[in-house]
Amino acid sequence: MSGNRILSIDNLRVETRTGVLLDDVSIHVDRGEVLGIIGESGAGKSTLALSSIMLFKSGCRPTSGSITLCGQSLMELGTTELETIRRTKASYVAQSAAAAFNPFYRLEDQVTEIPAMAQKLTSAQRRRMAVELFEELQLPDPKNFGRRYPHQVSGGQLQRAMIAMALINQPDLIIFDEPTTALDVTTQIEVLRLIKKVASTHNCGALYISHDLAVVSQMADRIIVMRNGKMVEQGPTRQLVDHPQTEYAKRLVAHQGDGSYASIDGSDATLLDVRNVDVGYGGVAAVKDASIRLGAGSVLALVGESGSGKTTLARSIAGLQPARTGEIRMRESVLAPLVERRSFDQRRLIQYIHQLPDLALNPRQSIRDVVGRPLSYFHGLRGAAAEQRLRELMDAIELPAAYLDRYPASLSGGQKQRVCIARSLAAKPDILICDEITSALDPLVEESIVKLLTRLIKDEGLSILFITHNLGLALRFSHKTAVMQAGRIVEHGDTRAVFEQPQSDYTKSLIRAVPQLREGWLDGFSANAA
Amino acid sequence: MSSKLTLTVSLAVLATMAAAAILAPVLAPFPPNEMVHAAFDAPGVGGVLGADGLGRDMLSRILYATRYTFVATLIATTLACMIGVSLAIIAGLSKGWADIIIGRAVDILMSIPQIIFALIILAIAGVSLTTLILTMAVLQSSTYYRVTRPIAGDLAAMEYVEVGRLRGERLHWYLFKEILPNMVPSLLAQFGLGLSSAALFISSLSFLGIGIQPPAADLGGLVRENALALSTGRLTPLIPAFCIALFCLSVNGIVDWLVGRFSDKPDVK
Amino acid sequence: MTLFANSPVKSFVVARVASGLVSIFFISFLVFLGTSMLPGDAANALLGQNATPETVLALRTELGLDQPLPVRYFHWLGNALHGDFGTSLSNAQPVINLLVPRLINSLILAFSAAAIVLPLAVGIGLLAAINRGKALDTATGSISAIFLSMPSFLIGYLLVFIFAVKLGLFPPLSMVRSSASLPTWISALTLPVLTLVLVAQAHVMKLTRAAVLGVMSSDYILMAETKGIPRNRIILKHALPNALSPIVSICMITMAYLIVDVVVIEAVFNYPGMGKLMVDAVAYRDIPMVLACGVLFSTIFISLNFTADLLAMLVNPRQRLPRKGN
Repeated sequence: MSGNRILSIDNLRVETRTGVLLDDVSIHVDRGEVLGIIGESGAGKSTLALSSIMLFKSGCRPTSGSITLCGQSLMELGTTELETIRRTKASYVAQSAAAAFNPFYRLEDQVTEIPAMAQKLTSAQRRRMAVELFEELQLPDPKNFGRRYPHQVSGGQLQRAMIAMALINQPDLIIFDEPTTALDVTTQIEVLRLIKKVASTHNCGALYISHDLAVVSQMADRIIVMRNGKMVEQGPTRQLVDHPQTEYAKRLVAHQGDGSYASIDGSDATLLDVRNVDVGYGGVAAVKDASIRLGAGSVLALVGESGSGKTTLARSIAGLQPARTGEIRMRESVLAPLVERRSFDQRRLIQYIHQLPDLALNPRQSIRDVVGRPLSYFHGLRGAAAEQRLRELMDAIELPAAYLDRYPASLSGGQKQRVCIARSLAAKPDILICDEITSALDPLVEESIVKLLTRLIKDEGLSILFITHNLGLALRFSHKTAVMQAGRIVEHGDTRAVFEQPQSDYTKSLIRAVPQLREGWLDGFSANAA
Repeated sequence: MSSKLTLTVSLAVLATMAAAAILAPVLAPFPPNEMVHAAFDAPGVGGVLGADGLGRDMLSRILYATRYTFVATLIATTLACMIGVSLAIIAGLSKGWADIIIGRAVDILMSIPQIIFALIILAIAGVSLTTLILTMAVLQSSTYYRVTRPIAGDLAAMEYVEVGRLRGERLHWYLFKEILPNMVPSLLAQFGLGLSSAALFISSLSFLGIGIQPPAADLGGLVRENALALSTGRLTPLIPAFCIALFCLSVNGIVDWLVGRFSDKPDVK
Repeated sequence: MTLFANSPVKSFVVARVASGLVSIFFISFLVFLGTSMLPGDAANALLGQNATPETVLALRTELGLDQPLPVRYFHWLGNALHGDFGTSLSNAQPVINLLVPRLINSLILAFSAAAIVLPLAVGIGLLAAINRGKALDTATGSISAIFLSMPSFLIGYLLVFIFAVKLGLFPPLSMVRSSASLPTWISALTLPVLTLVLVAQAHVMKLTRAAVLGVMSSDYILMAETKGIPRNRIILKHALPNALSPIVSICMITMAYLIVDVVVIEAVFNYPGMGKLMVDAVAYRDIPMVLACGVLFSTIFISLNFTADLLAMLVNPRQRLPRKGN
């Protein structure tokens, strides 16, 4: 089958001055095959992907191993030959299309740049090629689409234009580097289906890189699991998904959930009652007539795509963005729209955790200062009593007490988010508002944070309003779910009911768009889906 | 040159110059304004560095001039920094009319070339050390405002400041615990840059004859007094100008080190 | 403006022209206000110490100095718009007659320097960015650090010392008449222009380098590399057009500063430009002259800054075109 072998990388090692990025990695891709590469951030996925066309970020270099693309050993080639290889044999599709297109040129000029350099085709022929690809990728108004500049089209369209750009030189290998990570789930489906179609009709090989196992399982024939620059496990997709061998792969599969719902038993007593709230920035209403209820000791997931208004609603509950109309009640009392007008106890009982722990922690305060402040502010704790409580809190978030003297910069993302949780626990709140608190974290870190929250609900008697765009997470973690679309609540009920008998079309399309490990899930989408 | 070495050399140069400025009355071999030599005495003949056109001792005049330049630069920069930072914090936290008015005023101030503005003010108010320092302070405060205002705005919009707001913290907490500590690195760097640009600016004004007035002279003024002596083929008239350059070079060296240190390790306290 | 009917450019132009006018208004009014607070006024100044109170009073009326301040200000402003900046106190001639030849001299100086320094320093900055971290980059970086720390008069006098005193190639002073022959002009201009070039090159080089490096670290440059575009083409076709907008604005702002830097350089070389005129006027407290020079300098400075931003906007499609379709 060596005639069909497109890429083979053998025992590749890539180093920087201070560390090893890839260690003894071997992969191969045959014609008509999609190889999936999965791993967390820092696993070396992108380094591996770019090394297949002999590109390395500055400061990195390959120290041993070999890279063979279409029968040519890239390690031995000079710059000019490598550039020719990249122009003719391989294409790369990057994660953020918005940043990967040059803002200075019209889309068609960028898409047809390589044929234009070859000077074999007339400009009319090149345009026709581009238009055909735009048509194939179902871009609107394909004849004129290419006349636009990158900033004039949407993210999903830009991503498809980048796939068109990758196809124009009829490559033998296409590298997809997290091509849908920046997209909403419903947009993601369309792009995934197009990629799948393109990979099979254009008779090339493909590398598909993602941190999302479900997505990779739909796209790839074989999967390689990477961690810390090493290959942990590899195998045909079904085999790896159904019978993972290593502990790490098992955890990645388990993270996808088995479709079972959270076993949190919240009471039906309403703790927080939001009624008919409107919130707006200037003349635009970001939230319209929204009503949600959070029961004591339970988790309410507020789900929706970016721009649906879920964060705005959460901020209005916290009193950061005042509701223009409507009412927010906590137990018997009505909360003032602005936090500045709420009482000491009201401020204490609702705690808000932000999405990005990097921004939520002051880089110049030690963890002791960060967590200690609410202790002294709300509870007047000082000295030994405060120290005692600080240690309890560090225990609760499963970090060593020695971390109290550290600064945020020396903590990992997951640890920082734990510190933010400790800071809100220090107030002894009733309600935690968690605004996408795991969306910047790797899947397994997300899992551990969710586990921590589940335990805290029982231990500390918390109720949680959990804002997320991740429906799978809502299903596993929440007791009730509310779905937001364009500022309105379109669905609100028990999580099981919402997922099993969704009422609105939007919820149905959202649920269907959540990538699954199940074989044939993506192929099951008809053309009119989403 | 490695940044550590640059830092050491810069600090040594600055310390020497500061010592010269402070100890000028002790170190100066002659009174600065008295004619103790013959006019244009060569170095070594009349005094270590020779004499100026009036027979005054160059070394003594340079020591005193360093003093004037140091004092004017330090006071003007400190004032400018205080004015600029206070206005920026007020604007950043208020975000209302105060922000708009201060912002517009600074825009206008910055749209007029500084040296032209200073010339006009000094023409109207008359030339004196106080006017010079105050004019400098006002003009340079716009730079501090421009650097600090976005930081103050960003910081006020930072999630950790929002956490304080949710808790119900008061103004002094934001200022002293959340905002100022995070501003210190960029402020220090700006202060350094401000010192060297103030030194250059004051020297230029004095060089033009509208800074510190004779018989007293700062480093720029000394160049003005002695420039004609260049035609004798000696470089001594430019020694004061070299002192200014050395001062700015050292300050910039320290700033580079500061910027490097804080951008590498945000965890330093 | 029909070309940009729907674009953000129009509103930008309107806003900036308005704010520029406000600044010029402000500076002229400030000077007026300050002048009115002075103990003596133009009448005293013109007539000198020994004038009788009667003659002073008569002249005050003649000059309109007995009018309230706002009236006088708008009177002055109206005249200034017609090119009448009043009468010089030290010279008793119309300000405008003294000003125009000096302005032309200053512009010759500043534009000659700009014509040399802009292509030169932009080129060096570009080379430094492309060879980042290599010897060329470090060398140009260190040299510009030294020039940035030097007062401009020091650079000027060093050139005088080397090229005029020691080598005798050029005259140490540049007191040219406008009637002088071309070789005289060139020889007189060489050292001042060279000084301005050295003063400005460090800034231009540093800013250009930073602008190009910023662009080179963009994702779309990596994308072009993955496409196999040769390095030269990446720099010329992908990086430069995007760096154009900051570079254009760096160039215009440098011009603005050059026009102001002439104040010191003209003093070094005794060059008969507007800067020297203004400095002398300040020394004599010739307020109408100071006012006219100040307003003129500011107007040129503000216009060049405005042009800088406008050009930077026009070469950037993201700012030039609206988000939605075209």
